[in-house]
Amino acid sequence: MAIRARAVTDRKQMSYVPLGFRAALGRFAMTHRTDYTRARFIAGFLAVPVLLYLIYVISPYAQAFYIAMTNWRGVSATPQFVGLENFQRLLGDGVFWTAVGHNALLLVLLPLLTIAIALFFAFLLNVAGESGGVSGIWGARFYRVVFFFPQVLAVAIVAVLFQQVFRPDKSGMLNAPLMALGLEPVGFLSNPDVAFWSILGVLVWQAVGFYVVLFSAGMASIPREMFEAARIDGAGRVQLFFQVTLPLLWDTVQVGLIYLGIAALDVFAIVWVMTAEHGGPDHSTTVMAAEIYRNAFQYFRFGYASALGVVLFFFTVAFAVLAMRLSRRDRIEF
Amino acid sequence: MVSQAGKVRLSRSAARERRRARLGPLSGLSHLALVVWTVLVAVPILWTFLASVKSEDEIFGSAWSLPASLRWDNWARAWDHAHIGQYMLNSVVVVAFGTFGTMLFGSMAAYVLARYQFRGNRAIYLLFVSGLAFPVYLALTPLFFVVQNMGSVPLIGQFIGLDSRGGLVLVYIAYSLPFTVFFLSAFFRTLPQAVAEAAFVDGASHSRVFFQIMLPMARPGIVSITIFNVLGQWNQYQIPLVLLSGQAKDKWVLTQGIADISTAAGYDADWSALFAALSMAILPMLVVYTIFQRQIQAGLTAGALK
Repeated sequence: MAIRARAVTDRKQMSYVPLGFRAALGRFAMTHRTDYTRARFIAGFLAVPVLLYLIYVISPYAQAFYIAMTNWRGVSATPQFVGLENFQRLLGDGVFWTAVGHNALLLVLLPLLTIAIALFFAFLLNVAGESGGVSGIWGARFYRVVFFFPQVLAVAIVAVLFQQVFRPDKSGMLNAPLMALGLEPVGFLSNPDVAFWSILGVLVWQAVGFYVVLFSAGMASIPREMFEAARIDGAGRVQLFFQVTLPLLWDTVQVGLIYLGIAALDVFAIVWVMTAEHGGPDHSTTVMAAEIYRNAFQYFRFGYASALGVVLFFFTVAFAVLAMRLSRRDRIEF
Repeated sequence: MVSQAGKVRLSRSAARERRRARLGPLSGLSHLALVVWTVLVAVPILWTFLASVKSEDEIFGSAWSLPASLRWDNWARAWDHAHIGQYMLNSVVVVAFGTFGTMLFGSMAAYVLARYQFRGNRAIYLLFVSGLAFPVYLALTPLFFVVQNMGSVPLIGQFIGLDSRGGLVLVYIAYSLPFTVFFLSAFFRTLPQAVAEAAFVDGASHSRVFFQIMLPMARPGIVSITIFNVLGQWNQYQIPLVLLSGQAKDKWVLTQGIADISTAAGYDADWSALFAALSMAILPMLVVYTIFQRQIQAGLTAGALK
């Protein structure tokens, strides 16, 4: 109140007293002081976060691009600049390209499977109810709660858990019933032809619940009348899904595609912890992140590992740009 | 009117019959699908709990047998000998400080970037947000050496270098900032200006307006993003793996400890203790999730719905 009162008297004086030097100086000092405290506040609030961010995030990323062009090996050796030599070498690195292939396969299959399953369940839980109209199925809340739970578990914990589930003998949760039926046990993680699919299965297992909840939220924001109108016009469940729900939910599905695509490129813990030889057997499950970690912290090839990192970076950026371009569609306003 | 009255008089079982007739077997199938997925989610976890109270012989004898007696000593061995107690404490400490720091510094930066015009504002904002696009694996090698170098800073070096919890906390904060700043600055932008202006007129300082007015107003956003960060940092495995070496096992976090039991142990592994350790890692999450499931679901999906 005091400040406002002073401002009023100031203005009054201004109207009939010519602006003197002293008054001008005073006003200048005033605004200058508030500008100064404002600037000090901004700097004070930004200093620590920006500093932490520059030290721990920006500087490592910037350094990585340079290290990628050195032959740095071992902890004590001095790195030399070798230009694009690491990149030439990685072109002929069969294991790395096997890893890239696995990431590419995951990039296609993980979003596809997860979103298909999640959409199916979200639709059942929210729209395809049986109470005549278009409400959720009985027990929808319970299912959502259960489905989402794997999402809160650490990937490393899930990896150890499924390592036990997949055990190759009769101590394995899945193989015990198979063997009891007299069937051959499946080498979920020991058979190179099967191991990759076990990885994919676990990734889908953990991801589905999140997208059920995400799509449920999306479906809840679609006006009920849309579904009711379609129902009255004689649409069955299948039509209700493909012609009403999916188009109206497309924005959310798009977000899911991008999230899962990035997740597919970043797979690490599940492979590193769950599989034999960290990406085995025989490189049948290895992924880019695992090869980067292996080269850096097991072989101590820091230069080469950084070059692999740069490749992963460009794959990620390329995917993000591509996904944004391809999935852009006319938005339906409602 | 007549038909309405008739409907009311229909008994429950008759209504169910009618529904079934109209929807056919589809409804039954959809319930079946939901039940199957529920089983897929629940059974591996319940099976782990079961194995955690079985003896080694029972585990290897048959995966589905029930234990002859409940062997809680598995849990005791996991807690002490496998150091799960220590790992869990480390995780709690690191996540507590990490999340507190993330929220404090993240909300401060987000607030200033969202509500103050100054030169360089946009550049700093983009710098933070660009961090969302980088895969962390690109930074791993240099990050290791950055943290190693921080270890030689005089006085505080030993608390923030390699093999220290402090170093891990600082790295967690830094890597949580992009999403926190991105999310919270969007949130602060939506808050009304009037209340803050009134406070300024009354002579409140900038920082007081932030801590006593804007922060409480931003509570829903703060809660969501806090949950997001707690879970993200609690579940982190890659960064501790790089920064906390085998020489600093007393500082390891839970994910690292559990992964190590199964990967490094080999043939002489204490498998029943491993199951007990797994159960110990899952159980607290189950309890917390059951209590806060609504907030957790909202917190984790908040980012995707923005």
